[in-house]
Amino acid sequence: MTTTTLPPAEKTAPVNAPGHTTSDRARSERKLGWLLAGPALAVMLLVTAYPILQAVYDSLFDYRLTDPDNRSFTGLSNYVVILSDSTWWIAMAVTVVITLVTVAIELVLGFALAFVMAKALKAIRPVLRAAILIPYAVITVVSAFAWRFAFAIDTGFVNTWFGWLPGIGADTDWFGGQGSALLVVCLAEIWKTTPFISLLLLAGLAQVPEVLQEAAKVDGATWWQRLRKVTLPNMKAAIMVALLFRTLDAFRVFDSIFVMTAGANNTESVSFLAYRQTISRLEIGLGSAVSVLLFLVVVGIAALFIKGFKVDLAQARGEG
Amino acid sequence: MPDEHTGRDDAGRGGRAGPSRRRRWRRALAGAATAGVLGSTLAACGGGSGGVPTLTWYINPDAGGQTEIAARCTEAAGGRYRIETATLPREASGQREQLVRRLAANDTSIDIMSLDPIFVPEFAQAGFLAPVPPEIAGRVTEDVVPAAVETSTWEDQLVAVPFWSNTQLLWYRKSVAEAAGLDMSQPVTWDQVVAAAQEQDKLIGVQGIRAEALTVWFNALIESAGGSIIAENSTDPEQVTLGLESDAGRRATELMRDISNSGQTGPALSTANEDTTATGFESADGGFMVNYSFVYARALGKVEDGTMDQATVDDYGWTLYPQVDEGTESAPPYGGINLGVGALSEHPDLAYDATECITSTENQAFYFVNDGNAASDTTVYDDPEVLEAFPMAETIRDSLEQAAPRPLTAYYSEVTGGLQRRYHPTGSVDPERTPREATEFITAVLRKEQLL
Repeated sequence: MTTTTLPPAEKTAPVNAPGHTTSDRARSERKLGWLLAGPALAVMLLVTAYPILQAVYDSLFDYRLTDPDNRSFTGLSNYVVILSDSTWWIAMAVTVVITLVTVAIELVLGFALAFVMAKALKAIRPVLRAAILIPYAVITVVSAFAWRFAFAIDTGFVNTWFGWLPGIGADTDWFGGQGSALLVVCLAEIWKTTPFISLLLLAGLAQVPEVLQEAAKVDGATWWQRLRKVTLPNMKAAIMVALLFRTLDAFRVFDSIFVMTAGANNTESVSFLAYRQTISRLEIGLGSAVSVLLFLVVVGIAALFIKGFKVDLAQARGEG
Repeated sequence: MPDEHTGRDDAGRGGRAGPSRRRRWRRALAGAATAGVLGSTLAACGGGSGGVPTLTWYINPDAGGQTEIAARCTEAAGGRYRIETATLPREASGQREQLVRRLAANDTSIDIMSLDPIFVPEFAQAGFLAPVPPEIAGRVTEDVVPAAVETSTWEDQLVAVPFWSNTQLLWYRKSVAEAAGLDMSQPVTWDQVVAAAQEQDKLIGVQGIRAEALTVWFNALIESAGGSIIAENSTDPEQVTLGLESDAGRRATELMRDISNSGQTGPALSTANEDTTATGFESADGGFMVNYSFVYARALGKVEDGTMDQATVDDYGWTLYPQVDEGTESAPPYGGINLGVGALSEHPDLAYDATECITSTENQAFYFVNDGNAASDTTVYDDPEVLEAFPMAETIRDSLEQAAPRPLTAYYSEVTGGLQRRYHPTGSVDPERTPREATEFITAVLRKEQLL
């Protein structure tokens, strides 16, 4: 059995539409388009392009905020320092692990939640949808504190509740080691952002045409076959967009680590490293270089998703 | 309104045309974007023109004492100035981050700052502090504990005004010390404390979290052993020589490891801060701890709330910080707040007048009793009200007299950050290896050859 998707909708161009010569009307429409989109584009350039370019420029200097007189151009030496430093690579590895683990688990959980909302509980779906969103509505710092207090040895209840599990006792210091600290960080992230991914997937699920499901049923496809051959292929765009957004988001993880361990026991992420150099050390040059590298990685991830996995952002928004 | 503001700025900056033009341009940009916000700021700034000048005092969060002192000094000024307070973040590092960013952006609204002593050299070297008038320098250092003056001084100049001082004491449960046969009327050593705690199977509260508290503990150990984290200081970060690889440095490292591995430091040593250790000390397992004097006020508060027995507080004993080598005076940690006057303040003279009022003996005594923060002025300790409220006041004064500040350097963040990275977790340090590694690491960070 092959995968079953509907053919892409034909673009409905008027039969008597003129060719590619631009008429007065087309020109004025294009002008109107620029007028409408122009202000937004200008604001975007101001608030995103300008800081990025400033950071790229600053990253080429040896520049300490408290010592602006001794600012000197050093070319790419900041990048050499960072890329030859094991601290950077440890932070990179930690960030990648957190990203992979959280996004993978969130995808599975998000799918399950989306299915439950779409199929099983139609009657209370509006209430359920709002309830599921609550963790996502919680500010990340607040959620990080809640999880820290739950696992901390002096205020926490986790050690008491789960003391019957092997390896957990009243004296288990969750934030005292890399593995256990990252576990709590990942749990907090998963708890908080699974709703986001499940809502995106729910929207994708709603786009799967019912006719195809019925046709597959008539052909005698099992539930599993329908999921693999009908539902998932038709949801591909939604899944990829959900994955893309969450991966970019997860890669910038900062708040939970800041609140829970402050980077101790090798739990620093790349964003945390940028924070330390720029805000704590006041080394604007070095910190900007870390930020630029983080930015490049994020751009790389986005490019990989869009070009490599052929994610069509327009289609996911229902514009296709 | 905007013209008035800009004009005032230019006058305040003594005609440095370049930066101020750029700033005006920036301000115009900001104005276009956030006219509403700026408008209200300007209204606040311009409010004093023609009337009484307003001084803004950036304070660290406390129990309300600094705001009350601001009101008292406003009254005492008799219309010469008015002091308003603005609250900074709770953590000292957060306070520094906010102040540095604003001062680097030429914020003229910062008149008086409550500064953690460890950041004074950095602020002084960056030119963020207005020079202290000589006549005031003499008056505000009279009868003041030596560490307070030392931390207010940079390159042989007084650059800040000592306000209050904090120090750690050795807190012990009288019952535990008695059962162990430890004579607490005499100075005790770390080895004696560890042995007593092990014998009675009670906790020793030390701060092993990878944070400033770790530097505080290590600095006290190395200073008590006769050494220093920075052996030779310099304004050039590449010329700073560390003293970690000295005998004192190795002894402090060894002691830190042995205390951490004594089995009596509680299950969460690697994340234990001052609050964690206080909680442990309050429990039935409490034996000894090194901590600031807030733990006493905290215990009294718990008794008032009914969550602690009066008998537990009665069991609290205190003495000077433990010695590293028997017979050699210990060097307890030093903390507190010094007052700095912003270099861009429009009324530095009035601001310095105000600091003199804020740090007067009466106000320090009031602050001690009200907020529990010990005075830097030694005459406060003769105040009967202070002695009544704080039975350990005399011990605090003795401790402050021999306290040693953390390294005074404009690159403090690098030094403390590097130290915390190599000395954490405290149970895994090695007297031969760790001092060498930490020295190499901090030196590389100071040379900007490594990330922190």
